[in-house]
Order: sequence, then structure tokens, then C-alpha cells
Amino acid sequence: MSPADRFARLPDLLAADADLRRRGRWLSTDCRIDIGAEPFHLAIRDGDFGTLERGPRLMRAVAFSIRATDDAWRQHWRTVPEPGWHDLFALTKRGVASMEGDLRPLLQNLQYFKDLLALPRRLPEDG
Amino acid sequence: MAPALEPMIGRYLRMEIDGVPHRIYFEEAGQGIPLVCLHTAGADSRQYRHLQADPEITRRFRVLAFDMPWHGKSTPPDGWQAGEYRLTTASYTAAIRAFCRALELDRPVVMGCSIGGRIVLNLAIAHAAEFRALIALEAADFQQPWYDTAWLHRPDVHGGEVCAALVSGLIAPHSPPVSRHETLWMYMQGGPGVFKGDLHFYRVDGDLREKVKTIDTRVCPLYLLTGEYDFSCTAEDTLRTASQIPGVEVQIMKEVGHFPMSENPAKFREYILPVLAKIF
Repeated sequence: MSPADRFARLPDLLAADADLRRRGRWLSTDCRIDIGAEPFHLAIRDGDFGTLERGPRLMRAVAFSIRATDDAWRQHWRTVPEPGWHDLFALTKRGVASMEGDLRPLLQNLQYFKDLLALPRRLPEDG
Repeated sequence: MAPALEPMIGRYLRMEIDGVPHRIYFEEAGQGIPLVCLHTAGADSRQYRHLQADPEITRRFRVLAFDMPWHGKSTPPDGWQAGEYRLTTASYTAAIRAFCRALELDRPVVMGCSIGGRIVLNLAIAHAAEFRALIALEAADFQQPWYDTAWLHRPDVHGGEVCAALVSGLIAPHSPPVSRHETLWMYMQGGPGVFKGDLHFYRVDGDLREKVKTIDTRVCPLYLLTGEYDFSCTAEDTLRTASQIPGVEVQIMKEVGHFPMSENPAKFREYILPVLAKIF
């Protein structure tokens, strides 16, 4: 499964995590997450998914974007990631990920987003 | 049934730091060689509770851990409300030396983590003869910043939650969830702007590049231990620092992050006991 295919499973993974949805209950925002070259648009409503749209959307306004390389996400989503690949800020520090835009909703809900974006770790690793 | 009391005892100590009166909270357990433990930025002395409850350590060491001014149960100095808290190399060094002096500790060992590790390097640079041994956890002469500390103290972001969320990534994935979340809870309890003020020392004031070359480990032995999952003070940062200090002992701890003593006490024990065994 490609990293983007894994990320496309996010709605199912979030649906299975009532605690994460509880922790995000104050949050509604639109953001963009790029898995390698493939953009995803997330509409988060009260900590749950309004929509998760895969692929480019012309002139779609978002609060913020997080981009990382395919390899960065692949490493980040290992069941037990290696040192330096295990946290979003470890990725930005090593230059394989970036955060742009209005980061306020991200920082206001930072643990929620870290945990949300780490959910594909729960999927079986590719052989 | 007898009450299940833990061995550490907490007291308040009145002392002056640079002529300013302070009321400092500390906990201690054990007897013998004084071992003063320094908590990380934005946290407090509870990080060392597992060492203080370890008979293997407390039978030979008097393990003391104090809350820095502004942290834990130590109050800020009178008039704190009129200014912004900023830790500096000078004020941090003065606080540690004042604590050791006030308790009349005889050539204590000092062990510090993160900013506590960085200031231990400064003790080795400037005051080595006062100490029996120095142990720096997650320490380096300099580290590359990885976020903007302006986010740590502003009215539209919960300070405790953002501090905890930021440092959560510094904990190794292997660390027990209970210990991980206890470590994060301490970050959630910090006063407004305190973590940010501590990092002033880290980011602006405490650059020890070049200075670490002057450390003489014949005057005072120095031990550096860093967790492999610490991407704030990386293994490379610590190894680079160690390479400049003849006689230093350095170890990279497997499956450990930035908070060894609190995020994984059992694993840290495997690394720290052999170090303590060398100290007399």
C-alpha cells in the first residue's frame, strides 16, 4: 500500500478512536495534508471528519498545510518508528516535512493533530 | 494495614539567590553522598521520584531534587508579576550553588536533564572543584532549535497543553504509557511563560560551544547520557560535545528519549546504576 493509500484510510481509523474524537471536540478547521505529491483536504468538524478529499482541489482555501515526503510518512508510520522519524517535529527538523499557513488551530490542538496524523501506524506494515 | 508511604520527604527551604530571598521546595530520600537532581525546562522535581524510591540508589546516595524558582511548589520571587521570567546561565548557576550551599552539601554530585544537563556542563566549565561528579542527561554544548517558542505563551493557545504536546514527541515510543503521560502531566501544570522563560537559557543565553573545550575531567568526572529518541538534543549533539572533552564518559541510551528518569524509569536504571557505582 502506498503512503497515500494508507492515509486515505484515515476516516476509518478516526471512526475507531472515540477518545481522539473526544479530545478534538472543540476543533473545526480545514487543512491540507500532502502525502508526497498527493494532496488531501481535510474538513474537520467537532473533532470528526466532515470530509476527507483526495487529490488536487483548485483554489481550495485551508487554514494550514502539512507536507512531507513519501519516505517521511512511510517511516513515521512504522509500528515502532526509528529515532528521528517518530514525531512530526522530528520530521520538520530533519527537513523532510513542513508546516505552512495559519498554524494557530494546529498549535491549539497539537496533540490531536499529532495523534491524528500518526493513526496509519495502526495499519499492518507492508511485508 | 500500614500506610503505603513512599520514602521521599518534602521540605521548604528559605535561601537567597543573588541576594534575593526565595522559598524553594525540595524532596529528598536516602543517605550518603549528596546527589542533587535538576529537572527539565518547564517541569519540576517529581521527575526524579523513581530514583528517590530506589533502595539500590538511596542506600549510598542522599538524592535531593528541588523545584527551580517559578516551578512546581517553589514560588517565584516577590514582585514576579511585574516582569517576564527569563532563565540565564548566571541565574541558573547561582540557584544550584545557592541550594547546595544552603543545605551545606559536601561536594555533591549534580545530575541534570535537558536544560539541567546544559547547566551541568557550565558547572563543569566554571565550578568543577565544588563537585564530586557531574552527570549531564540529554546535554550538548548547542542544539538546533526545532520550533518557535513564541507559541508557548499567548492567550489563544493553552500553554500547558501546547508545551506537553510539543515535548511529547521527545519521548521514545517504547516508554510505558503511564510514565509517558505522567511526564506530560508535569508539563501541563507549568506556570504561564515558565517553559518559554527556561528556554531563553537554552536558546539565547546558554551557548557553550568552544567553552566545553576547557572542561577538565581530572578535577571533576563528567558523564554524558543521551536517549536515542531525543531529537532536541540528538545523540550526534552529545557525541560532538563529548569529542571535545578529554576523559568524559558518554553513552547513548537505546529506546529512551529526552526524559529518561521519568519516561522510562526501569530502562534508565540500567544506565544510571553503573555510572553511580563509579562515584565515591
